[in-house]
Amino acid sequence: METIAILSPQDAQAIWLSIKVACAATLIATPLGFAVAYLLVFSRLPGKALIEGLVNLPLVLPPVVVGYLLLLLFGQSGSLGPLLQHFDIRIIFTLSGAVIASAVVGFPLLVRAMRIGMEGIDRHCLQAARTLGAGWWDTLLTITLPLSGRAVLAGMTLMFARSLGEFGATIILAGNIPGVTQTIPLAIYEYTNTPGGDSMALKLCLVSIVLSFTVLLLSEAATRTFRKR
Amino acid sequence: MDLEVAIEKQHGSFHFSSAFSLSARRCGVFGPSGSGKSTLMHMLAGLLSPDRGTIRLAGQTLFDADAGINIPAEQRRVGVVFQHSHLFPHMDVQRNLLYGWRRTAVAERRIAPEALIDVLNLGHLLHRGVARLSGGERQRVALGRTVLACPRLILLDEPLTGLDEELKYQIIPYLKKVFGEFDIPLLFISHSLREMRLMTDEVLVFREGALQGRMATEELARSSMALGGGGYANMLNLGRPRLAGDLWGYRWGESELILSEQGENDENLFELDARDIMLFKRHPEATSARNLLACRVTGLFGVNNRVGVELFCGGNRLVAQIVPESVRELGIEEGAEVVAVIKASSFRRLV
Repeated sequence: METIAILSPQDAQAIWLSIKVACAATLIATPLGFAVAYLLVFSRLPGKALIEGLVNLPLVLPPVVVGYLLLLLFGQSGSLGPLLQHFDIRIIFTLSGAVIASAVVGFPLLVRAMRIGMEGIDRHCLQAARTLGAGWWDTLLTITLPLSGRAVLAGMTLMFARSLGEFGATIILAGNIPGVTQTIPLAIYEYTNTPGGDSMALKLCLVSIVLSFTVLLLSEAATRTFRKR
Repeated sequence: MDLEVAIEKQHGSFHFSSAFSLSARRCGVFGPSGSGKSTLMHMLAGLLSPDRGTIRLAGQTLFDADAGINIPAEQRRVGVVFQHSHLFPHMDVQRNLLYGWRRTAVAERRIAPEALIDVLNLGHLLHRGVARLSGGERQRVALGRTVLACPRLILLDEPLTGLDEELKYQIIPYLKKVFGEFDIPLLFISHSLREMRLMTDEVLVFREGALQGRMATEELARSSMALGGGGYANMLNLGRPRLAGDLWGYRWGESELILSEQGENDENLFELDARDIMLFKRHPEATSARNLLACRVTGLFGVNNRVGVELFCGGNRLVAQIVPESVRELGIEEGAEVVAVIKASSFRRLV
């Protein structure tokens, strides 16, 4: 409690922003990630290898590069910039930017975990469901989704944890604006650049550790309930 | 069941092509592995699309390449029992059983779950997770799940292949009971002649993706006499035995058979190899064999250098297998009276 008590309002804001960004990025990416994982596992698309490569690209690229590419995409002279401007939507240097940066960087981890889970599903079970009268959506909701539940959860945990620690892409796309886009890693970065900021940085590090650990414990507990069912 | 099929499918280097129409209620698809049995099953169920042709079931077109009709698997009402049960691992037995039933229109629900659960003897397992079932129990649940969807036709894709010998014959009475009681047409896919004889009346024989022949199951069994190792096997359904000294006596038509094995059920299925039946022209005064049956020859059929002798004894039929020379020496011909001699230990209990 003492640690929290001596956190500055700016730190508290950074923590709150971090949680918001990680939650939003995870929730937005999960349905999309599920769809992409499903496509990669169950479809017979000809360009599957290409999609796979594209999805995994942020995993091997430096986050700064990802951030820069996103900046090019969403920037005013970028390909999506004018369109977004038309609808009065701003991505750069906003919370949305931080969410997008986190979502893109964590996406490969999410898809990878879900894919492994889906690959473990017995295809004959899906065929059996269809011969028993279950249509595509019905099979998805009653067989595929419950059977990949653990993998979805694992993917979401990874994604959430990755988002909490996102730095490179975020600082390029969303900047480091206290109260707007400054998440925990960005705040720590700022403290380490400020003379005498070491102890403040350490406090935020501790908060970061506690937060990540809590997520891990929660996901572990959720996985256990899944297994029991 | 009125199934009309004329389809072609190229699957890699494998070509499947066949045309037939069926009306028997208990039909078999017989052939070695790689003969296209499973391909046919998948196409009938709607899990695989043929390249060309038509499939019609009970007057409804399920597939027609030219007309662009391809009714999806979930709307065909063609049930499948797979080789391995493929139960839904996240559901207990009851939810597995009712999965198809809940998706069947109320008007189509001809079978009451309680009755089927009773026939399959699954009552005590309803709330058990499927991971904690034995192989035989799993297959019974899979069968129940398919039957409860009240399909118009059930395809059984080698449903006994994954089970060991003993379990296999424990499942067969359930299969017979279910299909007998609920009157569902079935297409039984297997490479086992014995299973075919227990489950079907008529068979389609496939080889290398093509329909080779179509015959009564009995005829298929007789033709198998020509094959090296296999002889013809008589299948005997015997009731409860009585103790006869050290042995067991079973009523069989007008006569009694003495066997060394005890059948524990009300109905016991025994197999008797046609080669284990010896024929005598007159009653042998003394023999170690326990069964001496006076029979009349009702027919002869030859396969290569073996002869099958159809016997009529005390209201039942039996086939003995001998060689042509014996036929000549004993003067066996239609209408001849002979004595069939069978050892008590020649009968092999299946169920």
